[in-house]
Amino acid sequence: MKLTAPLVYGLLASIVLVSAPHAEHLPPWVVAVCTMLLAWRAYLNWSGNALPPRWLLLTVTLAGVGGILIEFHTLFGRDAGVTLLILLATLKLLELRAVRDATVLIYLSSFIIITNFFYSQSIPTALFMLLTLLVIMATWIHMHTGTLALRPRLRLAGLLLLQAIPLTLLLFVLFPRVQGPLWGMPQDAYSQSGLDDKMAPGSMSRLSLSDAVAFRVSFAGTPPLREQMYWRGPVLWDYDGRTWTQGTEVRSKQPQLDAQGATVDYTVTLEPHNKRWLFALDMPAKLSVPARLTYDFQTLSRAPVSTRMRYDASSNLSYRANVEETPYQLQRAVALPIGLNPRARQLATEWRTSLPNAEAIMNAALTYFNRQGFVYTLEPPLLGTNAVDDFLFNSKKGFCEHYASSFVFLMRAAGVPARVVTGYQGGEFNDLGGYYIVRQSDAHAWTEVWLQGRGWVRADPTAVIAPSRVQAGLNAALPDNAALPFLARTQSPLLLRLRFNLDALTNQWNQWVLGYNTERQFALLTRLGMEDISWRKMAINLLIGVGMLVGLFALFMLRRLYVQRHDPAQMLYLRFCRKLAHAGLQRAAHEGPQDFANRAALARPQWAPAIRDITARYLALRYEDRTGADELRALRRAVAAFKL
Amino acid sequence: MLATLRQRFRTWLFRPKIESGTVTLNQRRIFILPTRQGLAFGGVLLLMLLGDINYNLSLGYVLTFLLATAAAMSMLYAFRNMAQLEIRAGRTDPVFAGDEAWFVFHFHNTSDLPRHQLTLRDDAGHATTFDLPAQHSTRVQLAIPSARRGWLSSGRLTLYTEFPLGLFHAWSYLHFDTRCLVYPKPAAPLPLPASTAQEGAGKLASSGEEDFAGLRSYVAGDPLPRIAWKALAREQGLQVKQFSATQGHELWLDWALLPYAEGERKLEMLTRWVLDADAAQLCYGLRLPGMELAPGSGMGQREECLHALALYGQGTGQP
Repeated sequence: MKLTAPLVYGLLASIVLVSAPHAEHLPPWVVAVCTMLLAWRAYLNWSGNALPPRWLLLTVTLAGVGGILIEFHTLFGRDAGVTLLILLATLKLLELRAVRDATVLIYLSSFIIITNFFYSQSIPTALFMLLTLLVIMATWIHMHTGTLALRPRLRLAGLLLLQAIPLTLLLFVLFPRVQGPLWGMPQDAYSQSGLDDKMAPGSMSRLSLSDAVAFRVSFAGTPPLREQMYWRGPVLWDYDGRTWTQGTEVRSKQPQLDAQGATVDYTVTLEPHNKRWLFALDMPAKLSVPARLTYDFQTLSRAPVSTRMRYDASSNLSYRANVEETPYQLQRAVALPIGLNPRARQLATEWRTSLPNAEAIMNAALTYFNRQGFVYTLEPPLLGTNAVDDFLFNSKKGFCEHYASSFVFLMRAAGVPARVVTGYQGGEFNDLGGYYIVRQSDAHAWTEVWLQGRGWVRADPTAVIAPSRVQAGLNAALPDNAALPFLARTQSPLLLRLRFNLDALTNQWNQWVLGYNTERQFALLTRLGMEDISWRKMAINLLIGVGMLVGLFALFMLRRLYVQRHDPAQMLYLRFCRKLAHAGLQRAAHEGPQDFANRAALARPQWAPAIRDITARYLALRYEDRTGADELRALRRAVAAFKL
Repeated sequence: MLATLRQRFRTWLFRPKIESGTVTLNQRRIFILPTRQGLAFGGVLLLMLLGDINYNLSLGYVLTFLLATAAAMSMLYAFRNMAQLEIRAGRTDPVFAGDEAWFVFHFHNTSDLPRHQLTLRDDAGHATTFDLPAQHSTRVQLAIPSARRGWLSSGRLTLYTEFPLGLFHAWSYLHFDTRCLVYPKPAAPLPLPASTAQEGAGKLASSGEEDFAGLRSYVAGDPLPRIAWKALAREQGLQVKQFSATQGHELWLDWALLPYAEGERKLEMLTRWVLDADAAQLCYGLRLPGMELAPGSGMGQREECLHALALYGQGTGQP
């Protein structure tokens, strides 16, 4: 066990592989420093120069830690911790003095792999993990077999990993899952993207540039029409002239929902978004997980959704919601900032005086949007202080948030209670997996208007301006040259097929590998025939399974030890020797065939010709490299004919 | 009480008996325990598992289980790396006290699995490391310094391996009856004693050309100058000239000639004389108290004398 140059290259490769996936979220200066240090180490290894002195390394380490402190204001938490770990591992490479340091590095790099899972647990990440493990294992084996060449080392490492897979699967399925967290989780433990609890111009269009999956849905029965798929998220009440916010929630009354038609049942697999909303179709009636239905029909989970989550839900697509609304809420639903947008207010006042009721005002506003040449675009021009006026009468170009925002403004100005609802609209059907994919690019904002006797009624001004947005998706509603995410574009059938295949695979992966939790485990084990599952039973099963697999492997691996391979000539010769041994002529361990033949021939002169003949044939086959089948057959015949 | 029990347990477990012949390493002879690094790795795995549970990292579970299983499998590999090896002690050449005795062991790998990084070590820490390809035999030499003349036993040796990951230490005890003859350490150069018998004794044995008695076949150990090169050139095989004249010319290396030193010193001086007399190709005899080796010359005489000196006063001289 020596720190040879190839071993150091192996360690370098391991550190590079475990750090590489982190490159995109490490601070750029850390990436630069680490790259430099690694290149320096590689050069030192190549040139054979001495490692840098301790004081220099200490200085660099302190500077690095200081830099991390300045960057993150802490050394703990996800990002700071990972950065620190990678920096220290790189520096350790420059302080490699004993085999023990190499062992520490191997352990450290195994640990760094796991930190990568905070950021991504996708299939490519898993495959990359296997590659990284292969390199780490090969390096590890190198430490304990000085002379083995690279190829057999890689083979051995690969074999070790392959053999570990069945047991890993068993452990994965049977190892009792404890619902985390065991202790507090850093707030930044998971990446977050998705809807926010406020809406300002640009927030929706920014989201619509993302291909990321928000959730996947499979319907129990016939799925509803696409234009009915409004996935309800945050409901926004308060407007400050620019941004819509939720305001403070009033917990005065239970929400009240009168179902008008059949219910739709479906299962949602929600990607973690670190917020509490669980998305459900307008209007949600029932959820399978503990969740609270707020007064404005938002479904809120108890804790922020930090892991992928699966729930069943049922919704009513035709409904009457909160027909008897409290005066306080109605008051909230007509509040507007004072003094802004005079032209919009004037328009609303005109409608209020000329039109008989709220429904007529709502229709007038929708017709207004339809008739006045509004354009649906991802790149609206910037708006001034009187944003609504600017939009309604000047630019007339906007995305869903502009329409929802100005529509609610007009309603409120006309005295009709209204609010903004955000969420997702539509979804892409994956016929391979039989489910809908809802992406961040499906994020949408619409409105609800409260009408006397009908309760809250959905009104989507975007649907009036660009009906194809709700019927066919963003791609259909925007001109071809709009900066759409790649996946939102219609593609050739082949690409589409490939994409659906990949997503179906991802979905299975999410459901069965990443989403494998306590409930899933119990469900699976029950389906496999285990009754009244308890920890003890699972532990026993686990032990039995592990024992059986290990036994099988031991058998498989050790079998080769006991199979001794003799070449056929040797087997025949040994048979010949056994025959002689029966006659009392035992071949001694030190005796070569030639000596033995001489001794045997002297002791039993009557067999001397046969003994000499067989020995000569054997020696020719074994030592003179005559491996012909004919010679072998002749020897076999001679041995068979040799009778005492 | 407890110490006795532990001792008995060890005696039973490790069966420290001295063996001869070929030893095959079977399950009962191989022991495995985790190394310190192995325990540390267990700690790392535990840490990883805690992280997986806390952050609910499914892929983290996969990684942790993969590493744990691979680590456990490495135990089988360590065992397999030693199992079914056949070991036999070889002949060990004598050395002079103070030199290293090279104990020879023949390792035979009958299986078609290559073995890696096997280490043979004695209790004092002298070790040698080697690899053993599939279906291959190898001769392993373990150097153990010799201190005193006489028989040097290899003692209990440990054959161990930490292949492939260094997490497990698999070992087996080997205690062969092999021993190495240690000659006394030769003293500083000192003049050979004068001849004690007739005149001419102590001269080169080959000095009397006229006493040439004939030729005989070469035997290993015959001095080179006695080889009949001419006969070899005539293709008569390797033959050695025999002289009758050497019979009367005797050099006696006598214990009694060294009255002034203590016993071990005397043996060392006699060793020096034997070496010098042999180097000079003289015909010499050795006299020790209660023992006399008739004069002779060549490799055989040298070995016989050194053997006698090595074991003088140590009971039976039989190897």
